[in-house]
Amino acid sequence: MSPGIPAPDFTLHSTPDQTVSLRDFRGRPVILAFYPADWSPVCGDQMALYNEILSEFQRYDAELLGISVDGVWSHLAFTEQRKLHFPLLADFEPKGAVARRYGVYRDGEGTTERALFVIDGDGIVQWSYVSPIGVNPGADGILRALEGLGKGKR
Amino acid sequence: MRKKRDAAVLAVPVGDDDHSQGPADAAVTLVEYGDFECPHCRRAYPIVKEVQRRLGPRLRFVFRHFPLKEVHVHAEHAAEVAEAAGAQGKFWVMHDRLFERQFALEDDNLIEYAAELGLDAARVARELAAHIYKAQVRDDFMSGVRSGVNGTPTFFINGVRYDASWDADPLVAALEAA
Repeated sequence: MSPGIPAPDFTLHSTPDQTVSLRDFRGRPVILAFYPADWSPVCGDQMALYNEILSEFQRYDAELLGISVDGVWSHLAFTEQRKLHFPLLADFEPKGAVARRYGVYRDGEGTTERALFVIDGDGIVQWSYVSPIGVNPGADGILRALEGLGKGKR
Repeated sequence: MRKKRDAAVLAVPVGDDDHSQGPADAAVTLVEYGDFECPHCRRAYPIVKEVQRRLGPRLRFVFRHFPLKEVHVHAEHAAEVAEAAGAQGKFWVMHDRLFERQFALEDDNLIEYAAELGLDAARVARELAAHIYKAQVRDDFMSGVRSGVNGTPTFFINGVRYDASWDADPLVAALEAA
């Protein structure tokens, strides 16, 4: 999934009765954040960190989507408990299908990598990053990628 | 598609605006991005003190705010009050007090600590109500985001993010090797 390649479209559940498709966001940048699992036992986990800086992402009109293989009910409980203000998508059935298409599924563990994709308004992957296992990648790379999009267009 | 990333480095170098302990020309500078309501930072607090004791004047320690306010609802006000204390020359005693009383960080508690520490508590209360230091705390937070801070506490040794254990022995070893 190198820069310049069209991002594979997908439709996943964000809640038991709602779905989200990548194509819904055409015209705006999308940040896809694959992460291994809800409920990691630390304060400043990856999703909690992104939740704190949503306003920075919104400056670029970017939509943040978290994706893991957890089911919608886990996502709902996790979202409530961490007070997350962005959708978590369930790559649950068939398990990890979207992660596989993005090349970020870990067969042994049955989870996704910690992987980030910044997709531009035309649906093209402009930046991607796979974090070493166990390392929360932070948000600096995402912000630099979003800045880069702006420069490319003007 | 796997890209290696460069080691995360401080986007904003340590400067005069920072709260620091130890000599400016110390051999090694340790920066902590921390949150007064984070239990892990609370655990790091005495460890950093021990590390400071062991390194003595070879170490400069800098604290920057990284309040995860969505999960720690008192963290941002606590950081603002630490800045208000700093404006009266007492950042570090407030920093210590906040970690030692992490279990009680309501606004009333914060003002109480200001009074106990001999600060002009009415001024601290006014400055908290007006959020005089909110932008400054946010600047710290964003400098952390830009530097690859990914949780709290995150440490930087001479400007490079330190990802290994911050128990006293490994931290001292890393600082001595820096």
